Amino acid sequence: MADEVKQEAPVNFKVTIDNITIEVAPGTTVLNAARQIGGDVTPPAMCYYSKLEGSGGKCRTCLVEIAAGSEKDPRPMPKLMASCRTTVMDGMVVKNITSERVQDARAGVVEFLLLNHPLDCPICDQAGECHLQDLGYDHGKEGTRYEFKRRTFEKEDIGPFIQLHMTRCILCYRCTYVADQLTDKRVHGILDRGDHAEISTYISKAIDNDFSGNMIDVCPVGALTDKTFRFKNRVWFTKPVDAHRDCDKCCGKVTLWNRGDEVLRVTARKDTWGEVQSYDNKPGWICNTCRFDKKKTSDWVIEGVTNINRHSVIAQNKYNGLVVPKETITDVMGGRDPKLLMDIHDVSDVNDPSIDLSLIEGPATSKTFEKKEE
Amino acid sequence: MGRKLLLDKAHIENIRLYDVYRREGGYRSVEKALKTMTPDAVTEEVKKSGLRGRGGAGFPTGMKWSFLAKPEGVPRYLVVNADESEPGTFKDRYLMEFIPHLLIEGMITSSFALGASRSYIYIRGEYAWIVDILEQAIQEAKNNGFLGKNILGTGYDLEIYVQRGAGAYICGEETALLESLEGKRGNPRIKPPFPAVKGLWGCPTVVNNVETIAAVVPIINEGGDEYAKIGVGKSTGTKLISACGNIKQQGVYEIDMTISVEEFIYSDEYCGGIANGRQLKACIPGGSSVPILPANLLLKTAKGEPRMMNYESLADGGFATGSMMGSGGFIVLDDTQCVVKHTYTLARFYRHESCGQCSPCREGTGWMEKILLKIDSGKGSMSDIDLLWDIQRKIEGNTICPLGDAAAWPVAAAIRHFRDEFEWHINNPEDCLRKNYGLAGYADELKIPVLDA
Ligand SMILES: Cc1cc2nc3c(=O)[nH]c(=O)nc-3n(C[C@H](O)[C@H](O)[C@H](O)COP(=O)(O)O)c2cc1C
Ligand code: SF4
Ligand code: SF4
Ligand code: FES
Repeated sequence: MADEVKQEAPVNFKVTIDNITIEVAPGTTVLNAARQIGGDVTPPAMCYYSKLEGSGGKCRTCLVEIAAGSEKDPRPMPKLMASCRTTVMDGMVVKNITSERVQDARAGVVEFLLLNHPLDCPICDQAGECHLQDLGYDHGKEGTRYEFKRRTFEKEDIGPFIQLHMTRCILCYRCTYVADQLTDKRVHGILDRGDHAEISTYISKAIDNDFSGNMIDVCPVGALTDKTFRFKNRVWFTKPVDAHRDCDKCCGKVTLWNRGDEVLRVTARKDTWGEVQSYDNKPGWICNTCRFDKKKTSDWVIEGVTNINRHSVIAQNKYNGLVVPKETITDVMGGRDPKLLMDIHDVSDVNDPSIDLSLIEGPATSKTFEKKEE
Repeated sequence: MGRKLLLDKAHIENIRLYDVYRREGGYRSVEKALKTMTPDAVTEEVKKSGLRGRGGAGFPTGMKWSFLAKPEGVPRYLVVNADESEPGTFKDRYLMEFIPHLLIEGMITSSFALGASRSYIYIRGEYAWIVDILEQAIQEAKNNGFLGKNILGTGYDLEIYVQRGAGAYICGEETALLESLEGKRGNPRIKPPFPAVKGLWGCPTVVNNVETIAAVVPIINEGGDEYAKIGVGKSTGTKLISACGNIKQQGVYEIDMTISVEEFIYSDEYCGGIANGRQLKACIPGGSSVPILPANLLLKTAKGEPRMMNYESLADGGFATGSMMGSGGFIVLDDTQCVVKHTYTLARFYRHESCGQCSPCREGTGWMEKILLKIDSGKGSMSDIDLLWDIQRKIEGNTICPLGDAAAWPVAAAIRHFRDEFEWHINNPEDCLRKNYGLAGYADELKIPVLDA
């Protein structure tokens, strides 16, 4: 055919991660290449968020060792690299779980992230779907070596629907990218610096913007929570179902977190990596109307039970009988016991591992757990 | 007496003013470069000179310039780093205060080489009065046809702007500086891309230290080869050293990098010896971020050779027994100084100055500060020393910018060389509040206290 356009075959880069070789498009980051492989070789990511431009590079949990830079220049990179911000080169060899250096550095990062964390999971709305909790279980130690008073902040309202609990914040900056990229007038950002830096709204200006609620979804910890859901329930009590409605502002595709027929909370739908799901390559952010105002089942067309395949505390039984702390740090906690590193099933009767939520017909109700709650 | 290239005229009366500066031979390099050389030829001279960045890292300046991307139709920028906030470093201040036209002259010649038509001086906020000095110098240069449109009738245009920082050490890190210059929060950027490709407002940018740019003047006047003859090895030209601490004569000295550390401390031409009849205990030879050395390792390398005031010799032995030239902030401690307290003071500084973007630096700096305070106040335990070592090890190399390393190194070096002083604090919780560990064996000829903790 004469008019056939001669197209260059797309050249893919070969990259080997923990001895598994795959081909990815040039420009792919090491983290995203690892996500394509999936499973254990995928580094944990606490600050990177594929749908937020410029995110990543900060938390340092995703550090990997580059054992060979590329086919052309196979020298190893001297420093560990943030996989979320390092693009693959053809012939690159990456070590993640096969590198002792990485494991050592990551354990350090996890310790740093937990250093000033209040470990108040028992009263935190995020518990059960918290990435820091997962990270602690996967990479943390049984106790802390920190013996000083932890940093605390006053709680703050970020607009009428969002509660900021700065003490829990890990300064991943994701919410500031949401404010920058999703909302039109940004009034929220980071004040001060170092370990005294904090997320805040400038001069306590409220955020009232149609998409501000997405900050809650991107926050990896319980620093930004939904005030309309606050203390209403533990996530593992609720039954997530996919639902949609016709919305003129957003995609209208959500997850409802129900208890019986009651809609306790509405969130965007999440993918395997805990990020907001994309539809036709567009992130499925949801608007505040869908999130905060539509709290009746009749507002929604129910599609079916959400399959939570995220590697997480909420995917029950995963941490059954895992870690029990050796030492107590009650003095540090002002008399309270740390709960994070305990077996969640010991702490909470209601989350009985013998009850498999996904086998229950319909949403879980308090009756499901009756035997346990005497 | 060593040769002086930067400060030789600094004390001529009114050299701060254009007329005097010009009469003393000022702005010759601009005339030579713009009228008789191509931009590439200027860069070539700088390469030949072997000049290394004077801001701390010592990266070859000519090479840095040749990395600058030159896409069509995209402006390029030269940004002078005058943030000078490293404790112990005050050489740029001296240069800008006494002989501001040298910096302006260097900037014009360098901007011409880089093809920049707008250049910036980013100056630390506390140097408020120097802003006026620089702006006056810029105005004078403009009035005399060395700045503005069509400089010296050659068709080359250049404007120089001075921007004041707001008092953050981190804004001296080149990418944080660029963010701040753009009006944003001064957080270091994640590299790559490097400023040479995407710098100020996304355009190719060179960031250089004040002293680096000033050194371009003698390089162009005398030629790169001549400049390279001064000094030794890869330490060419002259270096400004700001000396402070327990010495008789604190101040800024221009050295030609051929003298020994011993001569620099004890000769009357430079520091004039240790003040008040005390003895040398330790020294941080290159600004607060570089490893501290005990007297014995400072004056002699581990091989027993005299240590010289240049890049190679100061770094001889790596971090195990050596240190770094850094920014030339030479901090001397006598036998009344406590290394534990000193390390605590530095840790407090780094904790306060961390931008807080990355977790190891944000959390680790505060943790180290708290442990050091605990040891200094006689409440430490032996395991704290190992814990400190482990924390610094987990910060170093794992952060976005070198501030993390800069916070880790002083702690590591203090433990490496002064572990017995830390242990003394722990074993003598009462005494350490009233007495001093003193000189101990730190100046002993034979003792080389290297501990690979
Ligand atoms: C935390 C930090 C602070 C710095 N502060 C300064 C400074 O005040 N002045 C300076 O010239 N370079 C400073 N630097 C080094 C700069 O990042 C950069 O390397 C330098 O300006 C390059 O100039 P040079 O090649 O001429 O040395 C700092 C680096 C770091 C990591
Ligand atoms: S509030 Fe949440 S999203 Fe925002 S920086 Fe803190 S941890 Fe990240
Ligand atoms: S190392 Fe410290 S100063 Fe540098 S980017 Fe990280 S937190 Fe900021
Ligand atoms: S996910 Fe890569 S540094 Fe945070």
